[in-house]
Formats: sequence, structure tokens, C-alpha cells
Amino acid sequence: MHELSITKSIVDQVQARMGDAQIRRMQVEIGKLSGIVPDSVQFCFETVVVGTTLEGAVLEVVEPFGSAHCHDCGADFPTDEVLPLCRCGSADIQVLGGRELRIREVEVVECARPADAHP
Amino acid sequence: MCATCGCSPLTELVDPEQYGGHGHGHGHGVDGHEHGHEHDHGVPVPRTVTLEEAVLAKNDELAVDNRVWLAERGILALNVMSSPGSGKTTLLERTIRDLGLDVPVSVIEGDQETPLDADRIKSTGAPVIQINTGSGCHLDAPMVGRALTTLDPPQGSVVFIENVGNLVCPALFDLGEAGRVVIMSVTEGADKPLKYPHMFRTADLMLVNKVDLLPYVDFDVDACVAAARRASPDVEVISVSATRGDGLADWYTWLREHLG
Repeated sequence: MHELSITKSIVDQVQARMGDAQIRRMQVEIGKLSGIVPDSVQFCFETVVVGTTLEGAVLEVVEPFGSAHCHDCGADFPTDEVLPLCRCGSADIQVLGGRELRIREVEVVECARPADAHP
Repeated sequence: MCATCGCSPLTELVDPEQYGGHGHGHGHGVDGHEHGHEHDHGVPVPRTVTLEEAVLAKNDELAVDNRVWLAERGILALNVMSSPGSGKTTLLERTIRDLGLDVPVSVIEGDQETPLDADRIKSTGAPVIQINTGSGCHLDAPMVGRALTTLDPPQGSVVFIENVGNLVCPALFDLGEAGRVVIMSVTEGADKPLKYPHMFRTADLMLVNKVDLLPYVDFDVDACVAAARRASPDVEVISVSATRGDGLADWYTWLREHLG
């Protein structure tokens, strides 16, 4: 199950970028054709974040479709299949996109009080 | 969380532009408590930080490092992948013995447990490193980088990276290889390239192994090749039997051509 190491990578990368900031929401993009199962990432996330600055954070997953172009009939259509077939029956399809695997953004909550303010 | 008043981070979302950075008095009177102090904070400020960072960026960077390291030494590294039991180790044993001293070969063996495959390769005389991934289901670029440093293969040699037997996870991890060799055996279903398209989509060469068993199994080689070419239109295909020797000359020619 590669989702476990993928999820660890996500958490490690966010910690490396955000330091000690407490994360309360993060949004990742997992394309429909990426070979990653979002539900598995959600499942692993709850375990992987324990004891980290992401503990308790909400994980939002956005799942972009791929876009397919049929070389035979010229049709363009969205697809969630790695090897799609065109409605015209052709398998000569070029697929673009849908393989995204990216951390889009995180939301941190910061107290605006300066670090050197009186206690 | 603010150490002074314990403003919870779990407050309602507010616009950071509206609240961030300006000084004002503590405004908690509305919910019934006063602090009696003034400082430069108010509502905890949620801030959205755009990262737009590829999740496998670290692996991919290390894979590039491996690729450069290998290219500098003129080493051909091949990522060999298949289901468990397709004959990866048998093919490598035979290949090492047949190529002999003509082409120096080293092997990085990936398995969840045991040094059994490394022991088989070692018996051929080729240098080998076993990586046991434990619960891991694939090799990644840092594992291979460490193994390459330890192996220190000679200039102009071949390094076979025998990945964990698995048609799913290894497909997603670039190791820095020059090419991907996927092995299918005729005891598997000919439709496997359609069922595991991520693996076959990135294959440079498909070896159809165990063809000596074709008289005994219901396996349509042409259908398998057609399926593989749907996933990867330019994939090369060689039918072999690692035990009987069919097709191995073509496989060695392919290797020599890619070694350059």
C-alpha cells in the first residue's frame, strides 16, 4: 500500500515547509489517474499525523479528472480511466492531466501577538 | 494557541487581511471575560499558505541525483518489475551467467523480507545488495541511492534493480533508472496490462517469460502484447524462457544496445 509512504511524504513536506506552525486544514490534489486512492490517504493520514503539527488537521482532497483526446474522431472528453475508450470505439486516445499529486495549500492559525510581548 | 488567553485555533474562519498584524485591545468582553491586559493580538488568525508542492518531489529529486551519478559512470540501471513469481530472479541469474565477464552486472534486490534472492544472485558471483523493505511495498530513490553508493558498480556496467514483486506500488516511484523492464509470465492472465495500467504505461520493455510453458497454459501472447501496447504504445516486447533459454539472445542484444 503505497498510500502510507505517500501520506508520510505529505506530512513530512508540510512540516519541512511550515516549521512549528499548527496546521488545521490542508488541501491536496490527487488526480483521478494518479494511481493513489484518496480514501487510503485519508485513512493513513489520521495515523501518520499523531504527535505532529498536523494532528487534528482536516485533509481535503481535490480529484481532478484527466482530459482525453481521441486521435480517430477528434473528440475531447474528461476521463477517470487510465486507458479510456472513446465513444466512437477507438482506443487511440491521448490522455493529459489527471495524474496530479500535489500539496496545494495549508491553513495555519497564528496568534498575531508578537513573540516578545509581555506575558 | 495564545499562551496568555488561550485563544483557540478552532475559532471561526476570519479573513487574515482584516485581522492580521494591527494592534488593538483585548476584545473578549463580548463573551463575558476580561483579561485586564493589552497586547498586540486579537483573534487567532487563520492564514492559508499556498505550497503547490509535488508530493513525490523529494523522491524525484533523489532519483535525478541517482540518474546523474549513474550517467557519469556510464552505468545502465534497469528497474525490473513484475508480480511475485514471474521469474525476475531466475532471469537475472541466467543473464549474469550467460553474459559472464563480457558485461559486468550488479544487482540491487528488493523484497519485504529475507536475503534469499540476494543469496541466489551471490551464487552467480555478481555483487548484490539486498534491501528489505519490511512493511514497504516498493523501492524508492533514497534506498537505491544508498545501495548504489555501497555497491559502487564499475564504469560501463549494468545494475539490475529488482523491485519488490508487485504490479501496483513500484510503478509510481522513479528510482533514477535508465529504463523500466516489466516481466509478465504466461502463467498469469494475458489481460494484466489492462488491469495494472500504471505499471505497463511506463514500461520500456516487456519480457513475456516462461514461454516454455505455453503448450500447457491458456495464454494468448498476441492479446497480451496488444494489451501492453494499449498502455504503452511504444513498448518493446521480447518473449523469453529464462529456464530453457528461448529469446534470451534478443534480450542480451537489447541490453547491449542500451548499454551503448
